[in-house]
Amino acid sequence: AYKRFSELLPKEERGNACAARVPKSQILTLPELRANPFQHRICRVFSTSDDGDDSMSFEDFLDMLSVFSDSATADIKSHYAFRIFDFDDDGTLDRKDLEKLVNCLTGQGEESRLSNAEMEQLIQNILEESDIDKDGTINLSEFQHVVSRSPDFTRYGGLQR
Amino acid sequence: EVLVPEEPRAAAPVGFLQELPSYQSALRRRAAAGGTQGRRAAAQGSAGLRAAEARGPEQDGGELAARPARELPLSIAEKRILRDCQQADIKYLSAWKQWKRTSSKSLKKGLSEVKEFSSYLELWRHDIHSIEGKFGTGIQSYFSFLRFLVLLNFIIFILMFSFVTLPTIVSKYGIFNSSLAKIPPENIEPHCTVYKPGGNKGLVYFYAYLKDLLSGTGFLEVTRLFYGYYTIDEAWFSTLRYNLPLAYLLATFAYLALSLIWIIKRSVEGFKQNLVHDEDQFQSYCNKVFAGWDFCITDPNAARLKHRSLQYELQTDLEEERLKRKIADRTMKEKLRIYSLRIFINIIVIAVLSGCFYSIYRATVFSLENSIDISNTNSQANLLVQYLPSMVITLANFIAPQIFSFLIRFEDYSPAFEIRLTLMRCVFVRLANIGVLLFSLWSQISYCATDECKACGYNYELYPCWESEVGQEMYKLMIFDFIIILAVTLFVDFPRKLLVTHCSCKPVQWCGLQEFRISDNVLEIIYGQTICWIGTFFSPLLPAIATIKYFIIFYIKKISLIHTCKPAARPIRASSSNFFFLVVLLIGLLLAFIPLGISIAHIPSSKACGPFRSFNTSWAVVPDTVLGFPTGLQQVLHAIASEAFAVPFFMVVCLIMFYFIALAGAHKRVVEQLREQLVMVRFDPLF
Repeated sequence: AYKRFSELLPKEERGNACAARVPKSQILTLPELRANPFQHRICRVFSTSDDGDDSMSFEDFLDMLSVFSDSATADIKSHYAFRIFDFDDDGTLDRKDLEKLVNCLTGQGEESRLSNAEMEQLIQNILEESDIDKDGTINLSEFQHVVSRSPDFTRYGGLQR
Repeated sequence: EVLVPEEPRAAAPVGFLQELPSYQSALRRRAAAGGTQGRRAAAQGSAGLRAAEARGPEQDGGELAARPARELPLSIAEKRILRDCQQADIKYLSAWKQWKRTSSKSLKKGLSEVKEFSSYLELWRHDIHSIEGKFGTGIQSYFSFLRFLVLLNFIIFILMFSFVTLPTIVSKYGIFNSSLAKIPPENIEPHCTVYKPGGNKGLVYFYAYLKDLLSGTGFLEVTRLFYGYYTIDEAWFSTLRYNLPLAYLLATFAYLALSLIWIIKRSVEGFKQNLVHDEDQFQSYCNKVFAGWDFCITDPNAARLKHRSLQYELQTDLEEERLKRKIADRTMKEKLRIYSLRIFINIIVIAVLSGCFYSIYRATVFSLENSIDISNTNSQANLLVQYLPSMVITLANFIAPQIFSFLIRFEDYSPAFEIRLTLMRCVFVRLANIGVLLFSLWSQISYCATDECKACGYNYELYPCWESEVGQEMYKLMIFDFIIILAVTLFVDFPRKLLVTHCSCKPVQWCGLQEFRISDNVLEIIYGQTICWIGTFFSPLLPAIATIKYFIIFYIKKISLIHTCKPAARPIRASSSNFFFLVVLLIGLLLAFIPLGISIAHIPSSKACGPFRSFNTSWAVVPDTVLGFPTGLQQVLHAIASEAFAVPFFMVVCLIMFYFIALAGAHKRVVEQLREQLVMVRFDPLF
């Protein structure tokens, strides 16, 4: 992992990889993230940089890899998945977050989006299934509960080594 | 300062959520497993991350046993601080507790290292991982299934080899002071015992060897491959008597039981999930949206296809829901029309099936009658005649699914149900074809016109060693299946790919590359596995052939997938497909029990060859052995097999089952009540 991280840095900083921060544009060239529709959210969630430019230090990089590895528990994966899906960072998944999430899943471009009616129907169904206290948003516990019953989550949530 | 784990930012009614049964049992599980949940993090960086020890139990009042820092969703800096706090706390514990903690820590670490090392020993780990990355987990589940079958067949082969073939080899060559004993059977008509297998003597053409290899006759018939070789009644190792007939029978039961247990164990996980989800839709929206993206995908093309498939899936599901609402609004007249149409189409389906079965029956009878008449000089025709049943079965297996998928369009079911019904029909066709073949074999073998024949119990003139005959049929089926898979890949898939890449005319491009049809491929290998299970009793070395066959098929399919297939537009989900494959495999296994049961217990064993010469049927060796036990043990065994034991046992099992069903119903009701409570809590702050 250290090798892969230092490959992302420009040559002159490689000796000091532990302390350096890699800008977001470089992180996005990783093969695992390149094809991932949630790449921006992932960088935002794992980055601990103070100036909001989503750059990642080596420790952030390790964090990201350990959460996505096969040996991370389902709890951790669901916690971070919740943060990744929470587009406006308000701690709950409301309708707008869900809409953005579905649009990310179906792909970029106009023709790949669901129509408004379909989106409404879909969001309605999702909330019906997962919103237990019926407040119109999904909080962390509800998310973890619904994801723990989902058989595909642990299977899909891992990156290759 | 001490940094506490991040609180989830939404507060309020979360407390009641923790009373849900699923959450409670998750907590209980976590507390019981303690720190063994923490596994090695993938990153091995210079930051030197170590899992902090779980806190001692006396520091925990609440439900959550403290977890290793690895399991907490914090960033590395925060985890370091937490670990330092926990290390500081350790100093306040007694020496005994410290030692306990360090030893359990090293034990856990050792266990996780062993687990990781054993995962490196897994067969084809890297291949399957790379397939998963490029084509998704649905196709990966097919290859894992194939790997499972390779292992299963290998274990069955080891079992049969060590208990049946090895003693014969050892005693034949006299190693360890061993010897054979062939006891001539008493009370048997002499004409039943005449058996002259054709083994090639003298100068023969090379072609004859090839023909024998392909059809199991000739020189192959007298080898250890077939039942007829094991005409040994007991083997003596110095002073130990090894009862080969009993070993043969028990090894058969053992491999069937082993397969059953292993398959059930593997399918239990999938079943648990199905049972839990039965109130929601089989593949609910949340599952699709939250767990929809396959993070293993690294290729942008694959990503684009995944986007499109997700979009397609969501749209289909929403459409299906709208369709369901429409169906609920159907009028009586429409319902009548649709039901009568469905009945009509089912009649057509049954007609197609009967056509298949009848043609298989006629082909088998024809092949059996004529393969013995035609002399060896007419070799090519003979080979074709011998393979006629296999060819007819393969043809039926190919045509029937096409007809079914054409017919089902008229039946107006929802798309998901259409897929399932077609699959069920295909499964039925494939497995029933084998059944019909065996039935026609037996009708020929047991057909007795003369008195002499009735004395033997089977057609001794044509089939003096009928078990070898059946073994040969199974052998031919297996070889032909393998040849077909090879031929289809070489002569259909690759030319199609060449055609599509080099020829740009419209119809060719519209046809396009083929998709990797998971269900068809899975049914193919399940069909092969059922043949292997049935055939192993008649041909003890057949599992070895099956192992090699599946081993080669893995590489063939992998190459064909990578070079000639495009990813499917409508992917099957991995979770549901695993369970489906195992259920169909289980059906195949249970179906294999029937012919084996009939041939072991009902049809008289051949008196001219094989280990069961001195017995009426193959099963008769068991009562015979039981009679040799001490009387106490005999009485116990008789008691267990009697009705006085079986009926109460059955009733107790039913009672236990009813208890669990009632428990499940009660849990469901509790869940409903808790849900209502949660909703009410939001409106009533004093609740």
